[in-house]
Amino acid sequence: MSKILIVAEHQGGKLNAATAKCVHCASQISGAEIHIAVFASDPAAVAADAARLAGVSKVITVANPQHANPMAACIAPQLAELAQGYSHVFGPSTTFGKDLMPRVAALLDAPQASDIMAVESATRFRRPIYAGNAIITVEVTPGTQLVATVRTASFDAAQTSTSAAAIEGASPSATLPQHTRFVSVSAARSDRPDLQTAKKVVSGGRALASADNFKILYQLADRMGAAVGASRAAVDAGYAPNDMQVGQTGKIIAPELYMAFGISGAIQHLTGIKDARTIVAINKDPEAPIFEVADYGLVGDLFHVVPELEKLIASNG
Amino acid sequence: MKRILVSIKRVVDYNVRIRVKPDGTGVITDGVKMSVNPFDEIALEEALRIKEKGLAEEIVAVSIGPADCQQQLRTALAMGADRAVHVQTDAAIEPGSAAKLMLKLIEREQPMLAILGKQAIDDDCNQTGQMLAALWGRPQATFASKVEISGDKAQVTREVDAGLEVLEVDLPAVITTDLRLNEPRYVKLPDIMKAKKKPLETVEPSALGVSPVERLKAVKFDPPSQRSKGVMVKDVGELFTALRGKGLV
Ligand SMILES: Cc1cc2nc3c(=O)[nH]c(=O)nc-3n(C[C@H](O)[C@H](O)[C@H](O)COP(=O)(O)OP(=O)(O)OC[C@H]3O[C@@H](n4cnc5c(N)ncnc54)[C@H](O)[C@@H]3O)c2cc1C
Repeated sequence: MSKILIVAEHQGGKLNAATAKCVHCASQISGAEIHIAVFASDPAAVAADAARLAGVSKVITVANPQHANPMAACIAPQLAELAQGYSHVFGPSTTFGKDLMPRVAALLDAPQASDIMAVESATRFRRPIYAGNAIITVEVTPGTQLVATVRTASFDAAQTSTSAAAIEGASPSATLPQHTRFVSVSAARSDRPDLQTAKKVVSGGRALASADNFKILYQLADRMGAAVGASRAAVDAGYAPNDMQVGQTGKIIAPELYMAFGISGAIQHLTGIKDARTIVAINKDPEAPIFEVADYGLVGDLFHVVPELEKLIASNG
Repeated sequence: MKRILVSIKRVVDYNVRIRVKPDGTGVITDGVKMSVNPFDEIALEEALRIKEKGLAEEIVAVSIGPADCQQQLRTALAMGADRAVHVQTDAAIEPGSAAKLMLKLIEREQPMLAILGKQAIDDDCNQTGQMLAALWGRPQATFASKVEISGDKAQVTREVDAGLEVLEVDLPAVITTDLRLNEPRYVKLPDIMKAKKKPLETVEPSALGVSPVERLKAVKFDPPSQRSKGVMVKDVGELFTALRGKGLV
C-alpha cells in the first residue's frame, strides 16, 4: 500500500494552495495513506488547515524558530528522516519544492520525478519535458521509494473536510547545518490576487516598452480583479519584477482567463499558460504565434485596446 | 588552487521544434542542432566573471554523456574554461547518477564552487545541483540571479516565487543559475582555435567508482495535447461581449 508524505508550503501562518493540490494528486494513487509534514516556527495554524484537507489522515509538525525562513539545507535532513517508511514523498513544483525535494531525494538515495502532471498508478506518472513539447510517462521500479514534485497547474486543490486529521509533533534528530544563512526576502507587496492561484491573469510582454506603461495593465487588472503576469522579455528588460514571469522558467499557471497583451507566444511562454481555461491574445502582428493557442484573438495596438477594454468593463460594471 | 567546477550538458538547441517519434520511443534528435544547455552557459559565464575578478584561478568544465559531448566541452573551453573533463557513457544518466559522478570529481578537484544550470532544457528535471549539494554536505543556492563572493562566503540572490531571496553560504557551495544571472559571451574564432589545445580528459564512470542505474524508466513519449485555435474578434467591443458572455469580465 502507498504511504505518502507531503511537505506543506506556507506563508504568513497560512497553508499555501499548492499543498492542497499535492494532496489531490496524492489521493489519485488508490488506497494511499496521506500525511503532511509542516515545518514552521509555530506550526499550529498551518497544521490545523492541513488537517482539514480531504484525504489527509495525519499531520506531523516540526516546530523550530529556524523554520521561520525555510531553507532546503535545513529542512531536507529532517524531512528525509521523517520520510522513512513512506513509499512516496511529494512537494509542490513551486520554487520552494523545486529547491527542497531533490535535496531530500539525494539524502534518501531515491529517484525524483519532477513536475508530475498525471498519476497513472502508484509507480507510473506523466510529466512534461522539453518545455512541455513532449510528455513522458515514467515508471519507478516497484519497491523503490519515490520523491516527486507536483505540477500544481495540473491539479485542483483537495476539498476541505469537516473532520480533522490527527496532529502530531515530531522532533527529528538531524543536526541542522549552520553553513547556510537567510539574509532577506524582498517580496513585492501587492493587494492583487496571487499570480499562481488567481482566476484571472492579465499579462504583458516586451511591447509594453517600459515599467511605466505596465501601469495600464495594473489598472485593467484591478478593474477585473485579476493578477498581473509578464513575459520573460518584459522581466529581463526591467518592466516587471521577476516574480511576475510566466513560463517554463517562471510560473506555470492555470487561470480561468489569461489575457496576453503584446506577447508573441514563444514556446517557453506558452508552457506556462496552456492549462488556462480561456486564452485571449492582443497583438498587432496577425502572424504572432500566440494566436495559434488563443480562444479569442484580437489584432490591434494594446495601447488602444487596454484603455478601451477597461472603459467598457467600467461602464458595464 | 581556487577552482570552480561547471556543468556542461549537451541538449537539443532551444530553437529546435521538438517532435515526438511516431512510435513514442523518444523525441527526434537525428540531424537536430545540439548545444550547451543555456543554463549551463550562464553557469560558465558566471565562473569566468568570478575568475576575471581574481577570485578564482581555474575553471573546470564537466560533461557527462556520449562521445559527442566533447563538442560542447570544446565550446566551453572556447568560452574560457581552462580544462574539461568528459565522463563518457552511453548509459541513461538520471540526475541522481549525474550528482554522484560530479561528487567524485569534486572530491578529486576540491573546488570552492560548483556552478550548475538550474535545469536542463531537455528533461527539465531541476534536480542535479540540489542533489550534488546534499551528497557533498554543502550549501545550495539555487535559481541564482546574483552572486557575490567575499572571502570564504558567497551572497546569492535567488529568484523565488515571492520575489528575490538573499542567502549567505559558506564555501565550498553549489550554485544553480537562473536566466537573469548574466548574459553569456560570444565565442570568438581565435578562441575556438586556442580551445583545441586545452586539456580535455575522458574518464569512464567505472573509473570514478559509480555505476549509473536507471530507477525511473521512460515508458513512452507522447506529443502534448494541442489547444485548438479559437476565433478572431474584430474589435474590443466584440471581445468584451464574448468575455462577458462567459462571465469572465
Ligand atoms: C531557456 C529559456 C527559458 C525561457 N523561459 C521563458 C519563460 O519562462 N517565460 C517567457 O515568457 N519567456 C521565456 N523565454 C523567452 C522566450 O523564448 C521569448 O523570448 C519571450 O517569451 C518573448 O517575450 P515577448 O513575447 O514579450 O517578446 P517578443 O517576442 O519580442 O514579442 C513582443 C510581441 O509584442 C507585439 N507587439 C509589439 N507592439 C505591440 C503593440 N503596441 N500592441 C500589441 N502588440 C504589440 C509584437 O508583435 C510581438 O508579437 C525563455 C527562453 C529560453 C531560451
